[in-house]
Amino acid sequence: MTISKRTFDVVVVGAGGSGMRAALAMSEAGLKVAVLSKVFPTRSHTVAAQGGIAASLGNVTEDNWHWHMYDTVKGSDYLGDQDAIEFMCRAAPEVVYELEHFGMPFDRLDNGKIYQRPFGGHMQDYGKNPVQRACAAADRTGHALLHTLYQQNVKANTNFFVEWMALDLIRDEDGDVLGVTAMEIETGEVMILHARATLFATGGAGRIFSASTNAYINTGDGLGMAARAGIPLEDMEFFQFHPTGVYGAGVLITEGVRGEGGYLVNRDGERFMQRYAPNAKDLASRDVVSRAMATEIKEGRGCGPRGDHVLLKLDHLGDDVIRHRLPGIREISLKFAHVDPAQAPIPVVPTAHYMMGGIPTNYHGQVVAPYKTGPEEVVQGFYAVGECACVSVHGANRLGCNSLLDLLVFGREAARQIIEDLARNPHPKPLPPDAAERPLARLARLDTQKEGESVAEVGDAMRHVMQAHCGVFRFPDLLAEGVKQIGEVAVRARNTVIKDKSRIFNTARVEALELDNLIEVAQATMHSAAAREESRGGHARDDFPLRDDVKWLKHSLYFSAGERLDYKPVRLKPLTVESFPLKARVY
Amino acid sequence: MKFRIYRYNPETDDAPYMQDYDLSIDAGDKMLLDAILLIKEQDDSLSLRKSCREGVCGSDAMNINGRNGLACITQLSELKQPIELRPLPGLPVIRDLVVDMTQFFKQYHSIKPYLVNNDPPPETERLQSVTARAELDGLYECILCGCCTTACPSFWWNPDKFVGPAGLLQAYRFLADTRDQATAERLDNLEDPYRLFRCHSIMNCVDVCPKELNPTRAIAKIKDMMVKRIV
Repeated sequence: MTISKRTFDVVVVGAGGSGMRAALAMSEAGLKVAVLSKVFPTRSHTVAAQGGIAASLGNVTEDNWHWHMYDTVKGSDYLGDQDAIEFMCRAAPEVVYELEHFGMPFDRLDNGKIYQRPFGGHMQDYGKNPVQRACAAADRTGHALLHTLYQQNVKANTNFFVEWMALDLIRDEDGDVLGVTAMEIETGEVMILHARATLFATGGAGRIFSASTNAYINTGDGLGMAARAGIPLEDMEFFQFHPTGVYGAGVLITEGVRGEGGYLVNRDGERFMQRYAPNAKDLASRDVVSRAMATEIKEGRGCGPRGDHVLLKLDHLGDDVIRHRLPGIREISLKFAHVDPAQAPIPVVPTAHYMMGGIPTNYHGQVVAPYKTGPEEVVQGFYAVGECACVSVHGANRLGCNSLLDLLVFGREAARQIIEDLARNPHPKPLPPDAAERPLARLARLDTQKEGESVAEVGDAMRHVMQAHCGVFRFPDLLAEGVKQIGEVAVRARNTVIKDKSRIFNTARVEALELDNLIEVAQATMHSAAAREESRGGHARDDFPLRDDVKWLKHSLYFSAGERLDYKPVRLKPLTVESFPLKARVY
Repeated sequence: MKFRIYRYNPETDDAPYMQDYDLSIDAGDKMLLDAILLIKEQDDSLSLRKSCREGVCGSDAMNINGRNGLACITQLSELKQPIELRPLPGLPVIRDLVVDMTQFFKQYHSIKPYLVNNDPPPETERLQSVTARAELDGLYECILCGCCTTACPSFWWNPDKFVGPAGLLQAYRFLADTRDQATAERLDNLEDPYRLFRCHSIMNCVDVCPKELNPTRAIAKIKDMMVKRIV
């Protein structure tokens, strides 16, 4: 089979917030950029972000980037790299103003400035009182952001490859990355996209769990491709369970509801967060709130006939605030919970939401991996941003509103770095002869496989194992069993069969290829979780309930080949300020 | 539950046909998309687009019992059986429920869907009053699903010439933005017997919009602006 080839300066995989922010800067700089996306850009999952973007604009309450940095370090349970966190929090106001200049329809204050609301874990004066730091467009901030960035890319004439799925990374014998192979979904054709820089912005992988706030497309494609190409995945045990997914449906209800004054109650109508976080209460970090909810449910204070959820009360905010500030929540609540939130509380449950881990990068978006000289050597030609990357700014637990910020700051920074790197490196390296071997073999297997289990069956098995063995609280026996079971599922995934072998818009084939990626992420998550014998941020071990900074203040690196784990130190030294010393985390 | 679904695979089918499916499920709280995905588990050759499953990404627009809508926020229990699913009307079919949206996006792009402001940007945000910002409500929320435009007879007849309700709603989104400076160019761009004026206020767009937006009202406001700049 001969496959066609095209050459670009840069290939960006993924057209969510970070991919499009980067693409915009690179298109404007005159680079020849190809942006691949499985879906039309405005259908990327950034569209579902609700509450806001964190930036210390201080439009409502006094604020500064150093407080934001403190909150982020504390929120990360000290696993975040403090150089990257300083970089992000300092750049936050600038990237938000930039977005406003691009046309973002932010809500406004009476003085015409951007509206900001309180959000979980964002505090004034190093943890004292909640601060209004979340810049919001109603509860549709992600939608407004994604469309604004798409619009600017239309203006900049960015070259989008819509409904193209990247299949595998191309690396030569030096380990340098030279592009990707990709499939056009509409025709089934495979092509090599040869480039001097490859930027992954492929988003999260919440679909490894049965109950997830994530879109169907969140299948960890970038992580799967990186893992198959020998790149380790960092801190994969840290998966965020958002406190407020709609009970049953899993659809997200923004923390902004609690930012606007909503709160959680148990079966007795008690505002239980007061017991777990006396100061921040319902605006404590997400990991803290999710664990509190799971504890309430476990101890028999859950709501409903099965006692398996709690209630999010916001009727006291009044119909006007709900319609004005939380219109999307009202819509979701009516459609998915059959509840008018102005009348009755919304049933909610902690739901898999965000992957703190990912492809290891430095704060310039360059992918770093252990190689010859150290644990963080730059992989030439390879960059990653957004949820698929682990910079790490979120450490063991991400604060709400720091993800949209992450997209903008590191999307822009990776673009700057690529522009600089390409100026020094004007000629592409030649492709290795086996550039397309792996993806063609994967496709050939699907074309010829006659017997086996369906993709849906094996996918269900994977999601069930992850949900049952790697949830909000993690138990040693369940983790050990989980490692065994997920390994068995991975073997089954290599023998799936699709009945539909046709070329044109074959979504069965797409889903089979996605399962390859999901399995890589699920394996990495389970193995990393089973190995980390402490509780930190989103990783809560029943048998090791405390954080252990002596043994475990380090990043995990999971290598798919050999299912092997390695570790590297946390960067505790910021760029210009003093380190925040390790402290017990109390809200 | 009984379903009749439009099937067409250009590789193997000479012509499109309707295929019947029988699914033994309890509609309960389920959405139509949940049911379609259960059908797809039985027959993996059925093709459709899907992503967010909560009505914000706009992927799974289709014609449901004769009316355009999003499968992910359509309650299964409210649909009359057999539930008849077809691709969005008025656009070429790629396969099954998947349509080619090139023309739709071409029209969207033609209205220059981005803020134009040539003043040097200030160091902080450009100010906008609460009331000026409120003008954008009901406009910026569009998810580009295509339900409205493909329900519009004017678009069916002139897909290459008439911008269509989705594109015009976005045209007005920028005309209504106090930060935008391209009002004259935007109006010039629509001053044409087809691009704007083929809207005959049939209001199918308003009827089907899954986000409850009102393109007809936005179109009327653009027409108003056209008139006002002449007198």
